[in-house]
Amino acid sequence: MTYASDPAPRASGAGAQRYLDAASSEPLHPAAREVLLAALDQGYADPRRLHHQGRSARLLLDNAREVVASCLGVRTDEVTFTTSGTDAVHRGLLGLLSGRSRHGTGLLHSAVEHSAVLHAGTWSGAELTGLPVDRTGRLSPATVRSALAEAGSSPAAIALQAANHEVGTLQPVTEIADEAGDVPLFMDACASAGCTPLPAGWAVAAASAHKWGGPAGVGVMLVRKGVRWRNPFPGDDRIDERGSGFENVPAALASAAALQAVVAEREETTSRQHRLVARVREQVALTVPDVEVVGDPDDRLPHLVTFSCLYVDGEALVTALDREGFGIASGSACTASTLAPSHVLEAMGVLTHGNVRLSLSRTTTEQEVEDFLATLPRVVRALRAEVGLDT
Amino acid sequence: MTAAEGAALELDCRGQRCPLPVIELGRRHTEVPVGGTIAVASTDVAARVDIPAWCRMRGQEYVGEETAPDGVPVFLVRRSR
Repeated sequence: MTYASDPAPRASGAGAQRYLDAASSEPLHPAAREVLLAALDQGYADPRRLHHQGRSARLLLDNAREVVASCLGVRTDEVTFTTSGTDAVHRGLLGLLSGRSRHGTGLLHSAVEHSAVLHAGTWSGAELTGLPVDRTGRLSPATVRSALAEAGSSPAAIALQAANHEVGTLQPVTEIADEAGDVPLFMDACASAGCTPLPAGWAVAAASAHKWGGPAGVGVMLVRKGVRWRNPFPGDDRIDERGSGFENVPAALASAAALQAVVAEREETTSRQHRLVARVREQVALTVPDVEVVGDPDDRLPHLVTFSCLYVDGEALVTALDREGFGIASGSACTASTLAPSHVLEAMGVLTHGNVRLSLSRTTTEQEVEDFLATLPRVVRALRAEVGLDT
Repeated sequence: MTAAEGAALELDCRGQRCPLPVIELGRRHTEVPVGGTIAVASTDVAARVDIPAWCRMRGQEYVGEETAPDGVPVFLVRRSR
């Protein structure tokens, strides 16, 4: 679907700027923009107050919650708006561990979880056990089965993402929840919510609105009815006892509007993106020597592809592609704040340097993808020539 | 004698950041005959993943990891083509 406020079709060729990093942040959806502007004027009051303005804000907030619940296939009382996806991950995981403290302190997690999950797990004092993944980045139900059998006592929880944020591989959440039995599963769905329906089987989940075209500063924590979740932070006397702080009503409503639009357009968007990413996977492997295209080729997020080029510095590659008009991300050590390689690529056992993660927004065109494919081999060849390696 | 001591070529990549150790390996592995062993001493933490990945991508054999007397990891590669 196109909107009046969508960017004009972009020029190709020299001087064009193409944004291919939607997995870091999707541009604001036009549906969210309209709602945000309207709600800024109507949703400023304290939604707990009983006066007219307060009731208006409350109505907007309740509406946002209902829309998000319906789009994600959950109950309204299972939705909590948080201040970010990271906040939703922290609250979600820590609250689940806290609610399960009588059952143990162990946390099993895939080795490829987002750092927000790993940081929260470490901070909680839980005993963390990272479970190995295969070359595509997938955790197998059999690995979970043997880890549960080996663990002396039952762990407090299992943390597993819906899809990997760096390589796009979908995780078998439902099968692993089946293996886990009574052990509840925390699912980080920040990379996938909006793109793909939430898989079944989780007890607590987290999502992030700016990944689906909502504004930044809105996360969603989902706690299944009947799951024991205990607030890991100081309580607050807000509408939703699981959250804290004054609700950002306009942003929550705009996030809901974006999600609604994205879900309505999902079939068309994802089939187009899936096809374009398949083309990138195939062409990169054909046109760039010594490249490793990683992640599951089929069972993956529709809009994201990652590959690594031998002998190439990730930062140099990002800079060179930016100069050519392509905004892309890299998970290479050389571009990260630490010098450690991406723990995701490391756990998969794939090349960690010369890494590129390309992700399509809902408006990325075939022409933009073709421009990238036409440029990449030349850029990689030039960088390799600089270090004396023409492969 | 350790495998590293028996290597036909030793590459001292101490202090080099990723991807320099792999670049060094890519440039110089042809200095040993097919069947010969190359030892790469590297303080770069990415080398532990990237040297086996290089072997897989370039059709070479990854032999394993040893530790140099100064505690630095040494990665062993056998040239197979």
